[in-house]
Amino acid sequence: MISGYLITILITILIYAMLAHSLNLITGHAGQISLGHAAFFGIGAYSSAMLYTEAGFPFWISVPLAAVVAGIIGALLGIPCLRVRDDFLAITTMGINFVVEAIFLYIPFFGGAMGIGGINLPKWFGRDMTKPEYFFIILITFGLLLLVDRQLGRSWIGLAWASIREDEQAAGAMGVDVVRFKVLAFILGSAIAGLAGGFYAHFLTFIMPQNFGFGQSIVILCMVVFGGIGTRWGPIIGAVILGILPEISRPIMEYRILIYGVLLLAMMRFQPGGLLGAESILSRTFRR
Amino acid sequence: MLWQQLANGIAIGSVYALISLGLTMVYGILRILHVAHAGIYALGAYVGLFSFKLVGNFWISLMVGMAGAAIAGYLVERFLYTPLLHLPRIAPLIVSIGLFTALEEAFRIVAGPHTLTYNARIGLGDLSIGSFRLTETQILILFITIIILIFLWAFLTKTRTGLAMRACAQDPETTSSFGVNVSAIIAINFIIGSAMAGAAGVLIGVYDNQVWPTMGSIPAYKALAIVVLGGLGNIPGTVLASIVVGLAETFFIGVLAIPFPRDAVAFVAMILVLMFKPYGLLGKA
Repeated sequence: MISGYLITILITILIYAMLAHSLNLITGHAGQISLGHAAFFGIGAYSSAMLYTEAGFPFWISVPLAAVVAGIIGALLGIPCLRVRDDFLAITTMGINFVVEAIFLYIPFFGGAMGIGGINLPKWFGRDMTKPEYFFIILITFGLLLLVDRQLGRSWIGLAWASIREDEQAAGAMGVDVVRFKVLAFILGSAIAGLAGGFYAHFLTFIMPQNFGFGQSIVILCMVVFGGIGTRWGPIIGAVILGILPEISRPIMEYRILIYGVLLLAMMRFQPGGLLGAESILSRTFRR
Repeated sequence: MLWQQLANGIAIGSVYALISLGLTMVYGILRILHVAHAGIYALGAYVGLFSFKLVGNFWISLMVGMAGAAIAGYLVERFLYTPLLHLPRIAPLIVSIGLFTALEEAFRIVAGPHTLTYNARIGLGDLSIGSFRLTETQILILFITIIILIFLWAFLTKTRTGLAMRACAQDPETTSSFGVNVSAIIAINFIIGSAMAGAAGVLIGVYDNQVWPTMGSIPAYKALAIVVLGGLGNIPGTVLASIVVGLAETFFIGVLAIPFPRDAVAFVAMILVLMFKPYGLLGKA
């Protein structure tokens, strides 16, 4: 039997992998830097939690609905956001993150600083799901998402994203509707982040605004960039490595955030494409 | 009451201006979102505080704090940013975030996690006219900010180096073809911006009478919002936006007592302005 500690870490890493993957859709595939991804993670978690505890929806409905809500809010916020230029977008999404966190914190409807409790692991076959079972549910969902994403990447949509990322003006001149595809990436990325939020809420059973702050957005972005932005498996590997790092560095507790910062800095300074990026040592070694 | 809040808002706004100006200058010339600028700001506060404990004179500690920040800014530019300039802009951004995290941790490990007091007095005393009152540190902040702004303005408009710096912000390649040493200009730009951040760190340390490892966390992101609000890379716009945010914070929280987090005001202002003016208050397309 897997220990409770191990399964908790596994589920956390899996949720982070899902978040990193969803951010990669926006930042890696469509090339739009977002510094506020945790806002959509939080919107998903809160929607799922409210639907479950207040409206009485079961897990199987509240979590997919959370993805829909996050996707819709992603679209609403994305359309005005994407009007602004790249660096403005980065800071605007950051602002959205601060504002969303403030709304959760200051509006009593969302539980305020106390957060929302009483969210349980889902039931099936007339009993509560165990944590390993929950892990496999998330794993299967994520696997399906990856399959869909692979199809998407090969389709006309994937090509349109790639062209926008490489050169927005040229893509526009070739007849790609730049704004529409950017918004589409924003919607999909936000919806998947919302789905991850739903899973997260039911796993933690208790959520607070601080779980979805700007720091969380940075953690997700770091995973994407560390693993290799725009690559298929890079963000997932980044999530695994940066997710395990705090656990294995427990003995050097005092220095672990320092190491995290320095690692990130050194990685970007010497391997700016990330672990799996086109120019990295790893991919050069394994290509031949 | 109104005048009092106005003075408080302008005092806070002028510290924001000192932090944000360096950021906007760096952006103007290198197009990097320099998050670690707030780490330099905190470094300035720490260096200033330690030198104040050694010599006990505010003015010397201000100078030492500015110098320490300037040196740190120069090193960051030379060894971290310049080698990354040819990469997509997300690379220097992540380096900056990593550096900022590492700096905060380094402060905590070296100086301890506690809040240290920076109890500097210059013996000026508070100024009060009726119920209106300016504290000594507020006068100090206003005075030093005005001096620095005048110096900056004179430097940018009256000297050849300042002219070269403005030219670099427009087009580094063309400027270089006119025989300007662009790399030196970038270094000077970083040194001036970082020294201003160091001054802001010292002033906030004295104003709040505290210096702590994560004192840069909120300015790091608030300054970015201010810089965007003013129009990225636009110096007068940044000063205007800093004062606007300082006043908005004081009025919304202090006068109207709206239960809203003070530190989100800058972001709300930024998002509202960007909806109507996508390039900021004074920015041009």
